Amino acid sequence: MLKKSSFKRPNNALEGGEAAAEKKEMNEGVCVACPACKRMLFLDELSEALNCCPHCGHHLRLSARERIALTADEGSFAELWPGETGGDPLAFPGYADKLKKAHKASRESESVVTGTCRVGGSPCALFVMEGAFMMGSMGTVTGDKITRLFEYAARENLPVLGFTVSGGARMQEGILSLMQMAKISGAVGRHSDKGLLYLAVLTDPTTGGVTASFAMEADIILAEPGALIGFAGQRVIEQTIRQKLPEGFQRAEFLLEKGFVDAIVPRKEQRSVLGTLLRRHERGSAYAGV
Amino acid sequence: MQAYEKVSLARAAGRPTALAYIHGVFDDFFELHGDRFFGDDPALVCGIAELNGLSVTVIGLEKGGSTQEKISRNFGSANPEGYRKALRAMKQAEKFHRPVVCLVDTAGAYCGIGAEERGQGSAIAANLVAMMGLKTPVISIMIGEGGSGGAIALAAANEVWILENAYYAVISPEGAASIIWKDAGKVKEACEALQLTAADLARLGIVERVFAEKGDVFAALREALGQALPGYLALPAEKLTEQRYEKFRKVGRSEL
Repeated sequence: MLKKSSFKRPNNALEGGEAAAEKKEMNEGVCVACPACKRMLFLDELSEALNCCPHCGHHLRLSARERIALTADEGSFAELWPGETGGDPLAFPGYADKLKKAHKASRESESVVTGTCRVGGSPCALFVMEGAFMMGSMGTVTGDKITRLFEYAARENLPVLGFTVSGGARMQEGILSLMQMAKISGAVGRHSDKGLLYLAVLTDPTTGGVTASFAMEADIILAEPGALIGFAGQRVIEQTIRQKLPEGFQRAEFLLEKGFVDAIVPRKEQRSVLGTLLRRHERGSAYAGV
Repeated sequence: MQAYEKVSLARAAGRPTALAYIHGVFDDFFELHGDRFFGDDPALVCGIAELNGLSVTVIGLEKGGSTQEKISRNFGSANPEGYRKALRAMKQAEKFHRPVVCLVDTAGAYCGIGAEERGQGSAIAANLVAMMGLKTPVISIMIGEGGSGGAIALAAANEVWILENAYYAVISPEGAASIIWKDAGKVKEACEALQLTAADLARLGIVERVFAEKGDVFAALREALGQALPGYLALPAEKLTEQRYEKFRKVGRSEL
């Protein structure tokens, strides 16, 4: 049986990410309702629990900066290419306005933050997507920054750690967004050919062209509990097959069962797991003599 | 001509599908079946053929002709095993240093429960990485619909060509209309805004060649491939992958 809540929750960027962001703003400063169990949560108790519901364990969404603060060793994050913005290459109706709103809602210049940091003492190149920026959709700047990060990491012999959250390729940049899938994949391949590690953490939601490219290209793919991860949006699938989807479909646990993620790692364990995995690969030949 | 009319032509009943090109442009096509993991996807055909004395691996998304065939080929929307079959054919082509020609005609990769269970995203991603590093030439031709991820999964190529009335887009115009305009009736507006026609794509630097749909299109493609492939085959693998990398690297490249 399908839970009512699985339909109320926005599945991706295209299905109400903005509405969700708005709602959060309304409650800001006081409390929020857990999207899963609906209990009211005080913001300080929530932030103490790494934005996970203390009652049901649901992992609420995090901003890119919050995630960097939770993941990187204190003071180790150095941002690369901050403040970069793209234009409106297709002069797409309404896009300029949408970008302005996205800047305001996320306080970021684009949908990904890139840089270098240490995790548990191990150095890495880091990208973290920002869900509040047009639901993490991948435009040309997103694609270019991630590509550059893989190129930088290949030059510097660094592993790449990436957190994904995305509704997919950004429609408003049309075919130019779609091309970023091949572009990033090329850079991931070159980085990999140097024997370097790419570690991805898929967070809620990771869909479309991001799933069909760099999210699924990591050597080790981790996921947050309950994260929606898929190629097609749930509404699109329901319309295509004209039937309701089974409970838990496209959730992280479903992907683990089907063999598409290596492990589900709760947020409170991530820092330690990521640190360990990075360290294990440091001992290999990759960094030492190359 | 309006973008919407182009999209309608790309989808028109009776428009030649991949197999027509395979038999019209190439000689002696021998089909290879199966992905060696799960099954054989009839929406994607691949095999070995000859072109001007050259052995070529041909891969096509096939929509089917009759209603019954359309159904059996899932209207050209491939499942993960289709993309994995294509990957197997491409790796085989690399082994024998045969060029690869992909014929793209799909509304999109299939959106179904089984497709997700078997990793549609993972299958497309694997193709993209493999194609970007493939040590043999790849030319992809948009012959009808170039629907999003399902199309680029066969188009991380050294050159991308397109027929005059084909299109290539990040999302279906219907999808864009209902998501961006929140009105399924705004398909025409979406077609214009997405800049998905052959002329748009040439202007944006996404496709290298546009083929007019008049006269003998098969002969024109045969001649163009016959001219282009030997040059690419002569390139050292490193140059070949570098050229492909740069083709995509420059799309949306911001100033450093």
